[in-house]
Amino acid sequence: MARTDVQLMLDVKAGDEASFELLLHRYRTPLVNFLYRMVRNREQAEDLAQEVFLRVYRAREDYVPSAKFTTWLFRIATNLALNSVRDTRYQKLEVSIDAPVTTDAEDGDERTLDVPEKHPNIEQHLVEDARRKMIRHAIDKLPEKQRAAVLLHKYQELDYAEIAKILACSESALKSLLFRAYEALRVELAPLVAQQARNQG
Amino acid sequence: MSCERMESRILGYVDGRLKGSERLEVEKHVATCAPCRLRVEEFRAVSGLLDELPVIEPSPEFDVRVRALVAAEPVKQSWWAWLHVQPRVAFVASALLVAVLWLGYRTPQPASVPQVDDAQLMQDLPVLEDHDVLSNFEPLKELPPPVQQNDEVQNQQEAM
Repeated sequence: MARTDVQLMLDVKAGDEASFELLLHRYRTPLVNFLYRMVRNREQAEDLAQEVFLRVYRAREDYVPSAKFTTWLFRIATNLALNSVRDTRYQKLEVSIDAPVTTDAEDGDERTLDVPEKHPNIEQHLVEDARRKMIRHAIDKLPEKQRAAVLLHKYQELDYAEIAKILACSESALKSLLFRAYEALRVELAPLVAQQARNQG
Repeated sequence: MSCERMESRILGYVDGRLKGSERLEVEKHVATCAPCRLRVEEFRAVSGLLDELPVIEPSPEFDVRVRALVAAEPVKQSWWAWLHVQPRVAFVASALLVAVLWLGYRTPQPASVPQVDDAQLMQDLPVLEDHDVLSNFEPLKELPPPVQQNDEVQNQQEAM
């Protein structure tokens, strides 16, 4: 029977390095994806994810299973991501004064992640690529806290209580935050939403 | 249920996270409220669109870098770790202790100071005090040398 996250962390605390490897294996992909969707830069996302694991390892001696492991893990990740997004925004603001950015480097980065070979029809691939780009941009346009809430809710499937703890807000405030985020996405993605709603209906 | 209350429940309803009673309440409202019904459909569509984003895999170097960072962490020692002395250090310390003890045993002890008999000292104290007074008595210093001394000199001259 697989050990729970808390059990693994307690084993790490007791000096079992192999348990840390299991936690790394279990959460590397969800963490990198969450951070990538937060900061929109793959290299930066991996750097932040490494920092998250390092902080978890450093805190092993003082670890007390007072909350769910994922709450603790994603709280570290969210704080790092929010700080990074704010720092990057400030840097971009400084750069844009002298040299406005006209190319979207992040989109280039994204394109390398998709595999065109899966799509024999290049036109279909381009349509899907444009569609994903729209979705990504819609998520990017959300305020950071709303974005974090949507990502934690949608992709990590954490419950409201956990997300509320991660974002340091009440559950009712979180529900309101998520509602506003989905409203913004609904408006931003209106053409796709209409199409999707027709397909689903 | 009012449209305002839908705000806190619509997402849970779309994702199927609502409890049975809450879900029934939402379904009841949606059945009679066209704007809320439309919003549920649109939120469901947004949720479906978010599912289209691909999952990325961390680079092959990711695990290697994490392991390197963790390996570079200093090892924390507990407060009693200092008791675990390395064998070499323990051997040298023991040898030094033995050498010091051996040298201490071999070094000749200084001659013992003669013991003073306190009772005898107290008994002789008045004599010593008299001697001290007489040796420092000024009128005695002005007297001519003792006669006995002159007699001895004369005897020596006669013998010669």
